[in-house]
Amino acid sequence: MSLISIMLVASGTNAAAGGAIGAGIAALGAGVGIGQIGKGAVEAIARQPEAMSDIRANMLLMAALVEGVALFGVIVGILAIVL
Amino acid sequence: MSFKRLFSFTVLVFTVFGSSFFAAAQPEGNGNNSPKPGAVESKEGKEGNKLDVARLIFGHIADAHEWHFFTIKHEGGEPTEVAMPLPVILYHPEKGFFFFSSSKIADGQSYEGFKLDNSNYMKEKIVSDDGVAIYDLSITKNVLSMLISVVLLLWLMFNVSKKYNKHGSMKAPSGLQNFLEVIVVFIRDEVARPYLGEKYKKYMPLLLTLFFFIWINNLLGLLPGGANFTGNIAVTGCLALLSFIIILASSKKYFWMHMLNPPNVPVAIKFLLVPIEIISLFIKPMALCIRLFANMMAGHIVILSFICIVFIFAAINVYVGSGFLPVSIGFDIFMFFLELLVGAIQAYIFVNLTAVFIGQGFEGPHHEQEPHSEIVV
Repeated sequence: MSLISIMLVASGTNAAAGGAIGAGIAALGAGVGIGQIGKGAVEAIARQPEAMSDIRANMLLMAALVEGVALFGVIVGILAIVL
Repeated sequence: MSFKRLFSFTVLVFTVFGSSFFAAAQPEGNGNNSPKPGAVESKEGKEGNKLDVARLIFGHIADAHEWHFFTIKHEGGEPTEVAMPLPVILYHPEKGFFFFSSSKIADGQSYEGFKLDNSNYMKEKIVSDDGVAIYDLSITKNVLSMLISVVLLLWLMFNVSKKYNKHGSMKAPSGLQNFLEVIVVFIRDEVARPYLGEKYKKYMPLLLTLFFFIWINNLLGLLPGGANFTGNIAVTGCLALLSFIIILASSKKYFWMHMLNPPNVPVAIKFLLVPIEIISLFIKPMALCIRLFANMMAGHIVILSFICIVFIFAAINVYVGSGFLPVSIGFDIFMFFLELLVGAIQAYIFVNLTAVFIGQGFEGPHHEQEPHSEIVV
């Protein structure tokens, strides 16, 4: 049996399980994306420390945009639970 | 007292007071069957506990016809709810307008043919007894919170503008002027001028209003007893609709010609590209709406969930619950700081992207080759 069907049987085929798994995967995507933004930002600061405030402002902006996309996934997860 | 000792002392105070408050709120032993969250141990009590948590969380997030501040639970008696009933304004297509206080329908009773429908625990709505669809134009919690934030914003801004009217812009700023000048200059130099070019002055009032409105409502939503205004999709939908209307109104013919008939593109790809461009025209404001809504609602849900986790753990064992309390309080403090940051950042992003989309509407033809200045060695 595939992993999905095992998890569905274990959770009693609750629609909430799909929503929760989806939200978890969205958080995974957010972690990977924002981690790469942070990596690029820290490396750029290491190369040119006097551009630190510029880089930090851009990093926060990009992180908020990526987090917005991850929260789209969380909203769909919430919709799966309540609809 | 050094910083480290002060910090440990604060953590100790929170733990002691939190757990003593929590222990006082618990009934003695496990024999009491009063329906309080965290005090139930039977299976359907567990179900009731879970629904209680969901109702608690969504009750804090959703709009309501009264402003509920807190509930005082007495030992062995009815809990008293401290709430402010708000005016209900309804329009029935046949019977006309109705105007009454929401305390008349608060406990589920029917008044003049209308009653509160609480079956969907995510939001309450007023239904007419004869089943006709009615228009609900009431002053709900979100509307009152918006009016309060508008009054606050007008008061702050008019106070500062009086100073400018009296002294002009040549006098050194004082008080709130300092803070506002930083923000206005930031929006002008980082958001308006780079994307809007020379026409930035026309759009500065819009961008500044959007920024301050969204930011102050994000902050007011964080106060205990505050209304979750920007975490409501109707509200962010209206803000995004406003941005969309202004984006459309300020777009030039060049933009539409290029969107519907991109030059230098093979005909086959044009069939794919034009629908994508048209869809993206609508999706960009929708993304603005959902981004702000999801960020604010998710922040509130996380904070409320971590508070409710203590009660869920306490349903297993009182000591597990109170042992988890310092972790929960610590994480809640961290989440509140994060929410302060996210509130400001989301307001900035909304304004930034609005400026970007408006600017995309009136960009002219790209210059083929910028004239490079010769480097004199």
